[in-house]
Amino acid sequence: MVKILAERKKQVFRQGQDKFDLACGKHSVAGSVSQRACVFCGARVVLYPIADALHLVHGPIGCAAYTWDIRGALSSGPQLHRMSFSTDLREMEVVYGGEKKLYRDLRSLIAEYKPRAAFVYSTCIVGLIGDDVDAVCRRVSRETNIPVLPVSAPGFQGTKKDGYRAACEALFKLVGTASVKDVSRFSVNILGDFNIAGEIWTIKKYYEEMGVQVVATMTGDGRVGDIRRAHGAALNVVQCSGSMSHLAELMKNKFKQPFIRVSYFGFEDMAAALYQVADFFGNSLIQEKTVALVKREIELVNPIVQVYRRALTGKTAAIYVGGAFKAFSLVRALRLIGMETAIVGTQTGGVEDYQKLKELCSEGTIIVDDSNPVELSAFLKEKKVDLLIGGVKERPLAYKMGIGFCDHNHERKIPLSGFSGMLNFTREVYATVLSPVWKISKEIEV
Amino acid sequence: MEKTIIDRPATRNSCVLCAPLGASIVFQGIEGCLPLLHGSQGCATYIRRYLISHFREPVDIASSNFSEESAIFGGKENLKKALSNLITQYQPRLIGVASTCLSETIGDDVRAILKEYRKENQGSPLPEMVNVSTPSYHGSHWDGFWKTVLAVVTQLSSQEEPVRQRLNVFPGLVSTADLRHLREIFTDFGISFSILPDYADSLDSDAWDNYHSLHEGGTPLSEIRAMGRAEFSLDLGQALTAEDSASGYLAKNSGVTRLSCGWPVGINESDAFFRLLSRISSQPVPEKYRQERSRLLDAYYDGHKYMFGKRAVVYGSPEMVAAIVSMLKEIGVIPVFCSTADTDFAGIEERVIELRPDFLIGSSKGYQISRKTGIPLLRAGFPIHDRFGGQRELLLGYRGTQRFFDHLVNVVIAGVQDSSPGGYAYV
Repeated sequence: MVKILAERKKQVFRQGQDKFDLACGKHSVAGSVSQRACVFCGARVVLYPIADALHLVHGPIGCAAYTWDIRGALSSGPQLHRMSFSTDLREMEVVYGGEKKLYRDLRSLIAEYKPRAAFVYSTCIVGLIGDDVDAVCRRVSRETNIPVLPVSAPGFQGTKKDGYRAACEALFKLVGTASVKDVSRFSVNILGDFNIAGEIWTIKKYYEEMGVQVVATMTGDGRVGDIRRAHGAALNVVQCSGSMSHLAELMKNKFKQPFIRVSYFGFEDMAAALYQVADFFGNSLIQEKTVALVKREIELVNPIVQVYRRALTGKTAAIYVGGAFKAFSLVRALRLIGMETAIVGTQTGGVEDYQKLKELCSEGTIIVDDSNPVELSAFLKEKKVDLLIGGVKERPLAYKMGIGFCDHNHERKIPLSGFSGMLNFTREVYATVLSPVWKISKEIEV
Repeated sequence: MEKTIIDRPATRNSCVLCAPLGASIVFQGIEGCLPLLHGSQGCATYIRRYLISHFREPVDIASSNFSEESAIFGGKENLKKALSNLITQYQPRLIGVASTCLSETIGDDVRAILKEYRKENQGSPLPEMVNVSTPSYHGSHWDGFWKTVLAVVTQLSSQEEPVRQRLNVFPGLVSTADLRHLREIFTDFGISFSILPDYADSLDSDAWDNYHSLHEGGTPLSEIRAMGRAEFSLDLGQALTAEDSASGYLAKNSGVTRLSCGWPVGINESDAFFRLLSRISSQPVPEKYRQERSRLLDAYYDGHKYMFGKRAVVYGSPEMVAAIVSMLKEIGVIPVFCSTADTDFAGIEERVIELRPDFLIGSSKGYQISRKTGIPLLRAGFPIHDRFGGQRELLLGYRGTQRFFDHLVNVVIAGVQDSSPGGYAYV
């Protein structure tokens, strides 16, 4: 049986066996090998896809180097977000402060790359050495006439979720700063999709076919100009709610924009998302178009999905992802292809999320918050799953143990959103679960 | 003083990572060792992700996981709690504590904290603990790597140990295949040796039945302890001064003879390396390596026309760049621009556009430059994030050079073939 650190016992729950009392939202235990990152990481992943902004990491080199071109967040135009800029602080600045360097770097980078806005992420030591980043940003903004937005993201000041929050607050400063002329009353903003493998293009096409205008995509394939007029949209549609709900709340309070939470993954959730949007507008033409779209798309891919389902029925899966919303969709989508979920965990889920997972999952399922490799691998072994769904840090765990793996994180190259995405997902699961390599004996038989 | 700050522009697509990454690799290459970064959670997670993408192996790196209170009042309690939790969950034989920019800036004295921890836990069995100072604002991941090798040897080796090996080897950040090849060579010369670090097994391991919470392989602690009793230390790479190197420390404190040569890449550098081994082992160079040398020379003859006069841009660690440049000179290739750390990738791109070399040699991080300019990239060194098997590409020795040379010639041949009208079938 796996050794679970005493301080973590309440972060593991077995469906049907334990009283539900799952603790979450806690700081990771010192000395555990958490799969989580930090405040900076949360802020950086959310803002990263804004393609015509300058993203300058103010701090020593590491944080910028590790996040250079880190996500497969595609842009249909500018590629500035894929550059890694750092003030690269050294001893000199640690002693004398980094404000001068920040100012100079901002001025020269803005002059060279001509971004529409700049985000300045301050990492761990910036506050400690006493830099007034806000003041430098204000000054540069005044001098260059573009928004220069400080994002306070010292790694230790909370968890990844606090980083999401800092990102949302930076975005919120942009919203409402441009004209909303030409914005239709049937319009939405897409929040919480990062255009991994071009997914936002699929979703945008659906909305446009329904007759709904997409004003701003936040932040996948994002543009500063669109974000500035995002307050003109009639509705905010929020995916990956962990990262972007805060912005939706802020916009609701200030601009009276309502929001809904959706997921674009799996037939059920994808269809539900489109219907919810259509129902919001209550326009019969939009509703008819939506019904036709969903029908057409499902008829197109479902017969193929069913073929794979036959081969996958009875297989089991483990899920370990960042946010809980993704986990819900995955449990449902797996069920659609005949697979049950034996283990499900997230890095940042809240109590309500875990309550919902508990309702969604069947008897014996292990539900876990902020896990680590030792625990996860023991669960994988115990439950003898055929598949692990996670990110790049979980991949070697699965492969070491001889278990199939499907990337549902930033590095995936295959779009999994939308109806066509469900087919891609099914094919990927099939390709990994049914591979003959797992059957090869680990030792030569003599 | 003021001037240096102003003259250094923003870094655009850095060529270096931070020092704790180098420390983490070294700790991964020691028997039963678990790296622990004293800082924010993100440092450990980013470094794990970066290493996993290169090695395609689980890489466990723990974090003391600073909170706001630790940043204000010091990270002492967090570090102690981290040590206790690691000992409970992993039972490591060694915990390697590397500091970060955060813990250095607030001034945590890790050595003193470890001392206090040992004292408080007297009586219970404790693993060895070493610490190294690796703030991200000072030096590169290569510096972090060498600093950690030095810290490990300084803190673990002892004059009281029985003699174990004749030769200590400090190869630097080479590939797992290079480490295995080095072992083979020393074994063939009949020299007892110890390589530090040795992550050939830990970061390129076999299939498992059960998850191993501690990596397998790694330099045995008994060998590290006995390093002061060896006859020779050998540094691969000549960028380190005596003060900065473990070999220098062992020479000064234990009288171990310090030897160094470049990475054995190309015939000249490999000859120097094999001659050195022949000298200290009093054995002739084994026939196997003479044949490999001869085969390599024959390949140089066969491929010389493809290579002569070609122009290369090379970037990477100082050891690797020096070795590859020496090899390129043997085959008539002109290195028109080399970079080890000072120029970032945006700067390298500018030079590539200006110089129009025939190929680039270095890590996968030059891919965008290659794509933009249409100039082919031959991947070498660390990291290789966009090809399979980059962690086990052999570069060292006649054998590694052979493999590298074959690839290099093929890069040129592919260019000729692809741009020829109709596409030649024989090139």
